[in-house]
Amino acid sequence: MSKSIVSLRHVDKWYGKNHVVKDMNLEIEEGEFLTLLGPSGCGKTTTLRMIAGFEDASSGTIEVQGERVEEKEPYQRDVNTVFQNYSLFPHMTVFENVAYGPTIRGIRKAEIQSKVSEMLALVQMSGYEKRKPEALSGGQKQRVAIARALINNPRVLLLDEPLGALDLKLRKQMQIELKRLQKKLGITFVYVTHDQEEAMTMSDRIAVMRDGVILQMDSPMEMYDHPKSRFVADFLGESNILFGTITAAEGRRLTIHTPDGDVLATGQGFGVGEEICVSIRSEYLNVSKTPVEGFSVKARVKDFIYVGTVIKTNLDLPCGQEIKLSRFEHDASLHEGDEVYIHWDAEKAVAIHDDGAAEVRL
Amino acid sequence: MSGPSALRKKRHSRLPALAQAGPVSVWMILFVTLPLLFIIYISFMTRGTFGGVVYEFSSASYETLLDATYFKVILKSFQVAVLTTVTCLLVGYPFAYYIARKPADVAARLIMLLMIPMWTSSLMRLNAWMLLFQTNGPVNNALMALGLVHSPVKFIYTDGLVLLGLITNFLPFAVLPMYSSIEKLQGNLLEASADLGARPAVTFFKVTLPLTFPGIFSAIILTFIPALGTYTITDMLGGGKVLYIGNIIKNQFGTIRNWPLGAALSVLLLLITALLIFIYSRFAKIEDMEVL
Repeated sequence: MSKSIVSLRHVDKWYGKNHVVKDMNLEIEEGEFLTLLGPSGCGKTTTLRMIAGFEDASSGTIEVQGERVEEKEPYQRDVNTVFQNYSLFPHMTVFENVAYGPTIRGIRKAEIQSKVSEMLALVQMSGYEKRKPEALSGGQKQRVAIARALINNPRVLLLDEPLGALDLKLRKQMQIELKRLQKKLGITFVYVTHDQEEAMTMSDRIAVMRDGVILQMDSPMEMYDHPKSRFVADFLGESNILFGTITAAEGRRLTIHTPDGDVLATGQGFGVGEEICVSIRSEYLNVSKTPVEGFSVKARVKDFIYVGTVIKTNLDLPCGQEIKLSRFEHDASLHEGDEVYIHWDAEKAVAIHDDGAAEVRL
Repeated sequence: MSGPSALRKKRHSRLPALAQAGPVSVWMILFVTLPLLFIIYISFMTRGTFGGVVYEFSSASYETLLDATYFKVILKSFQVAVLTTVTCLLVGYPFAYYIARKPADVAARLIMLLMIPMWTSSLMRLNAWMLLFQTNGPVNNALMALGLVHSPVKFIYTDGLVLLGLITNFLPFAVLPMYSSIEKLQGNLLEASADLGARPAVTFFKVTLPLTFPGIFSAIILTFIPALGTYTITDMLGGGKVLYIGNIIKNQFGTIRNWPLGAALSVLLLLITALLIFIYSRFAKIEDMEVL
């Protein structure tokens, strides 16, 4: 595979007594779209800022394009940043903002002219050259900020929740545009967000962070189907988590006894008697009026919620836990108050070690 | 909606605005606008033989201003005011920057330190300067003890001490608006500049300075204009030997009793202020200006 363009090795960051980033090891590959995903305070932005040079690492090494950069000032590093709040210079026009990088590098005026035009065309902002940032909408400001960061031809672009301030519809549109832009330019994007859907939409790889640690780093699909921790299972998409003890293990097939009955799941390296979690996505959960082999958990249909494209069915387990099922179409045979058996394809249910994570929802 | 009813509605909605702006407007018209107009009016009148104002048109006062003696005084006042302002800016800006980059509680304490001298009577402060710098005052004694000078230096009643008095007096007025401007400056703009490859000095001249310009300009207005018009500082520390515009204005309205000339000099100061604000409005928005 391609070589890494940014590497963090044993990087720690302390703010006084707060250990914000803990022994971080991260290899970012050339040309990939990597997202640092996690709840606020997980250290994702701090990690990004250490790569940009706005924060010094307390210890460890950071390399960009094979060169150590810990001692370099931000203006000496060949990375550029798109900030969450745009950070456009309010006293300059769109043109002057985008031209800022080449201007201070002393590039010829004619060349700057053509480069700025090229960049503004790239982000579909041609014709706005003379406007001041205050006369632009949030989405337009962010486009200008992207053009301003890209004009220096960075090999790595750092984006710190760049779409955080935009409304949902515009955000979705910009996600696709950013992804296309990244593919077209072939440069590495390191993207920080707390929005799991955004991460899933755009990334080649996602690094899920919590409390200054990367819990799992995988492709979105791998991460979604095979979460390695309860936190990741819970953070990405909508998962039902059941707790229980393994009563039988045949190869990767596990039988788990939960307080409400038995269920099947898949997992490697687990032994009989172990207490674990089972994560099953709401769209993989099935219900049936009759018991299915291997499953003996009953549930009562509580209510239905229509969320545009999908219908969510909430079910109550005897122990009081609520589980969710989502379908594209309404199952007419189901009614509120019905007693059903829950089951699923054992391959779709993932056994994970109980990491004791508190439920995190954003 | 039909015309008349729309009109009625519009008139109706003006009342709250009038209630808010009304009292202030009345106050400003009575105590600022009318006196100012009166000053301008008097400046075009004639001086009476015994010092009163004779209400006959005359441009004599303005002609006097062009007289070499007065012109010299005006020029000298200008030089001193410019020097005061420039020094206040050069000393005040780094100081304001330093305070603005401190956490809010530390900044508040530093501002407090800056303000404490302002709470003492200016006469007391000026007398303190006199005591410090007199022939056998602490400063001279210290200089002699250190062997830096052999005989006491004459400080009081010199231009130097006047300048020192002006600078220390007006420094807080320069620092506060600049502090307010710098404090508003978003740190991430400086980061964005560095990120795009600008060294700290480049960032300072391309981002920090232009964005804090309103504060700098307010500082100029708040130091230059009073420094040009002051008379207590120049009177006491200069001993009345060195004349400045302020002293002359005071004398015209006081002992000399030439109100038209005093008024004309006041109008001159007014014009300079208006000119400065006009220049500012060419470069930046008036509403951004930091006024205390």
